[in-house]
Amino acid sequence: MFMAKQSTPDPYEISKPDTLEIRREEYLDLYYFMVLNRRLDDRLGILYRQNHVVGGLYSSLGQEAISVGSAFATEDGDFLAPMIRDMGALLVRGVRPVDVVAQYCARMSGPTGGRDLNLHFGSVSNGLIAPISVVGALVPVMAGIALEMHLRRKPAVALTYVGDGATSTTDFHEGLNFAAVRRLPLVLIVENNGYAYSTPTARQANVTDLAIRAGGYGVHGEIQDGNNVLAMLDAVRRARKRCIEGNGPVLIEAKTFRRKGHAEHDDAGYVPKKLLREWERKDPIDAYRRYLIANKVLSTEEQLTEIETKIENELEDDVATALEAPFPEPDVGLEDVYA
Amino acid sequence: MQTTYLEAIRQAIWEEMERDESVYILGEDVGIYGGAFKVTKGMLDHFGENRVLDTPISESAIVGAAIGSALVGMRPIAEMQFIDFISCAFDQIVNFAAKCRYRWGAGVPIVVRGPCGGGVHGGPFHSQNVESYFFNVPGLKIVCPSTAYDAKGLMKAAIRDDDPVLYFEHKYLYRRIKDELPKEDFTVPIGKAKLRREGDDISIITYGAMVYKALDAAEEVAQDGIEVEVLDLRSLLPLDEEAILETAKKTSKIIVLHEATLTGGPGGEIVARIAEKAFDFLDGPIVRIAPPDTPVPYSPPLEEAFLPQVSDVVNKVRELASY
Amino acid sequence: MPDKRTAPKNRTATKKAKPTKPKAARSKHSQDETAASIDREAKVKMMHYMLLTRAIEDRIERKLYRQGRIVGGVYVGLGQEAISIGTAIHMQADDVVAPSHRDMGVFLMQGITPRRIIAQYMGRMTGLTAGRDGNMHMGDMNHNIIAFVSHLADNVPVAAGVALAFKQRGEKRVALCYHGEGATSRGDWHEGINLASVHKLPVVYFINNNAYAYSTPQNLQMAIENVADRALGYGIYGEVVDGNDIIAVYHAAKRAIDRARNGEGPSLVEFKTFRMTGHSAHDDAGYVPEQLFDDWRKKDPIVRYENLLLDEGVVTREDINKMQKEIDAVIDDAVEWAENEPLPAAEDLTKNVYYED
Repeated sequence: MFMAKQSTPDPYEISKPDTLEIRREEYLDLYYFMVLNRRLDDRLGILYRQNHVVGGLYSSLGQEAISVGSAFATEDGDFLAPMIRDMGALLVRGVRPVDVVAQYCARMSGPTGGRDLNLHFGSVSNGLIAPISVVGALVPVMAGIALEMHLRRKPAVALTYVGDGATSTTDFHEGLNFAAVRRLPLVLIVENNGYAYSTPTARQANVTDLAIRAGGYGVHGEIQDGNNVLAMLDAVRRARKRCIEGNGPVLIEAKTFRRKGHAEHDDAGYVPKKLLREWERKDPIDAYRRYLIANKVLSTEEQLTEIETKIENELEDDVATALEAPFPEPDVGLEDVYA
Repeated sequence: MQTTYLEAIRQAIWEEMERDESVYILGEDVGIYGGAFKVTKGMLDHFGENRVLDTPISESAIVGAAIGSALVGMRPIAEMQFIDFISCAFDQIVNFAAKCRYRWGAGVPIVVRGPCGGGVHGGPFHSQNVESYFFNVPGLKIVCPSTAYDAKGLMKAAIRDDDPVLYFEHKYLYRRIKDELPKEDFTVPIGKAKLRREGDDISIITYGAMVYKALDAAEEVAQDGIEVEVLDLRSLLPLDEEAILETAKKTSKIIVLHEATLTGGPGGEIVARIAEKAFDFLDGPIVRIAPPDTPVPYSPPLEEAFLPQVSDVVNKVRELASY
Repeated sequence: MPDKRTAPKNRTATKKAKPTKPKAARSKHSQDETAASIDREAKVKMMHYMLLTRAIEDRIERKLYRQGRIVGGVYVGLGQEAISIGTAIHMQADDVVAPSHRDMGVFLMQGITPRRIIAQYMGRMTGLTAGRDGNMHMGDMNHNIIAFVSHLADNVPVAAGVALAFKQRGEKRVALCYHGEGATSRGDWHEGINLASVHKLPVVYFINNNAYAYSTPQNLQMAIENVADRALGYGIYGEVVDGNDIIAVYHAAKRAIDRARNGEGPSLVEFKTFRMTGHSAHDDAGYVPEQLFDDWRKKDPIVRYENLLLDEGVVTREDINKMQKEIDAVIDDAVEWAENEPLPAAEDLTKNVYYED
């Protein structure tokens, strides 16, 4: 297990890992998806306050680099199981914002036709496995997906996420242990965002770095700066390679922070304001922007503004489309319990 | 003083913790946050972190630890943030807690409580009614209060009970139901049903949030001269068989109504007992009203179609009345 | 032995990448040095209980079971006796123990008589469960023993809960929990130990690593060599001990129990040993390479301990023979007594599901 170099000077700056090879258009794609994640998240917040969102809203504010960076590293044939704060991963893997909005607004046109809420949806044919509300439950399931890849010698990985809270669960333990014993191609990202609802990580576990548990399962573990999208991309690419070469699971602890409450209704009064401000300064998108400009990756800054404008326009349409869709017919609820 | 159902539960826990030092709470977000629904609000400040424990996400360990501490004299109240998560602790409940006394004479006085039920756009994992998973496990007790009075009285009874009690509080009722509560200490006996409305024509045997659907339906059909009797079971395990048979024999036409899905729901057991022991009194088939056999859906029109509505009850009452 | 925890503490931002392989402490005790620190009475007591444990289990498995005089299955801890004896000897009157199925020594040391144990195995009224449960699924809170359930590792959070109560009430009592290496794969193990470590509970976890979980060898159970290495992931103390050296067991257990009693939180103490039988009496363990049995037979904990005590002059060969004879007589008596005890009455079937006055 090794620790990646982390630096948090003021202002917060990210750097590109030496091991990362990345093309210019990939730089822009990363930016696109992170901004799309952020702006969609903002829109959902507005829709929530307008009472268009049905049920709870779970924001991914500040955690975009993890979902986008990691998902971007995956290839066709890989399976992902994003959690409810990994909207960025879904977007990278081709889920359309209009579908996310429709799902959140309980419409017929959403991916579950109104049967389940927030990001509880998936598509086996697109390599996306839907979560359930029991956190950690995805780990053994994805170990199973990895098992099939292993048995059929597929050059693919199963990638999933847990929060710091989910590392306390039975399923996390059993799933990771199983994958480790069988040396399965499982990439497990521990998104340590500091809080599980109101429970700070210090109350969740008796260690500061959850990645240290990797040794207890006999798997490779790393700590990464979760607010550095380039570091996340690099980490998952390397992890993928390790897995496909048969070295067993990889656990990546991505340090970040949950900048809103557990859900929209939670004002997170229990989080020290100072901590919040500290992490606001480490905003992953702002930092990435600064990196792109400083390292002259782009021709002009306008390229970024163009992306942002494009996203805004798209989202405007997507929201309108989603809201026009009808609610499901009652009979729909009786279908598809069985094949 | 008009007290909400939620506040009644909170009062019960608070008063029992004052009364008995061995009572304590453990669960996720119960301390500093006061609980996801604020049932345990203020308790950490008042009782201290020795008696209000914020745990990791570990339903199995929450219940397991509750069992262990109960074996050595504590009386824990273990919270499942949503009762849907009780499945994570299934093994500890059915294999450890339920069987200790029978196997080796050790009582396990724990309470496992949490919010159940739908009607709040919670979707499949925040809306379930889980009583059926445990109904068939001897050694457990199950209570489902519907009024603020019963919520308080049954919580006290559950805490004082020397056996494991699963306390299913209905989240839809939390702030919608109010009662005038007495100042003095009181309990409600576990295993005793209560008539909410008397009538000679049709019995509706029900519990939890469905009690109110039954009462509303009863009001409606009363205008047509059909008098409905509503029996609120309050406890599922043990069932108040005496009360069930009494109402069955009185009206001879029975509807069993519950929010757990139809197949394998507790309704089957109730119907079976009536058929076995009051067959000669029946003037019509025993009817069950329950959601269809699907997961609880999320979108409002689906959830509305899923949950039994007043109109569903009214229709069945009329049907049965004219049998 | 110094605490060789290698867990990195609160890490601030700039740290150079450094490969570390977490390893639990290894206890390295020279027999002579640490054997001397144990008083004679305790040593003799441990000898007695080792012999008693071995004898009673031998009688149950090799004789009674094969003669069809036992009801149901039989699980013994042959070759692992040092673990239960060397640990349980430290129990104080108020401590509570949650043993597993290979910890017969714990029951005996806590005062459960051979008579009642045999009665339990024979499903009699006077067994610890009045015939409601069989073999090692027994307990008695009057002796501070929590009956285990077949769902292994369930006793891990339960033991944490016992310790929680002690902490809440400010009592200087400790909870002890035993299980095998197989049980550590279960989620309850993880949740229980995590909870115990976050709340710094006075509980000690003794892991009997006897190399096989039924037919599953350790390398199919986990991808690590030592369960105790996981201690670092919980920020608690972990130690690996030769489970067939009762002196090492004695000292490791004492350290862990003292730590717990002093408020330093839980420990994972892993005893390396070997299961010298099948999983249960009906299992011939054909899947275990014969060589392993041969190797471990040479490390038999009782033979080693006998030799130690003989060398030290604590006992003579005559003393041991005398002990053995007395033990055989006690067991003969227990068997005879138990077989004459009544089976439970059918009318009693539904009693005590719930509390009865």
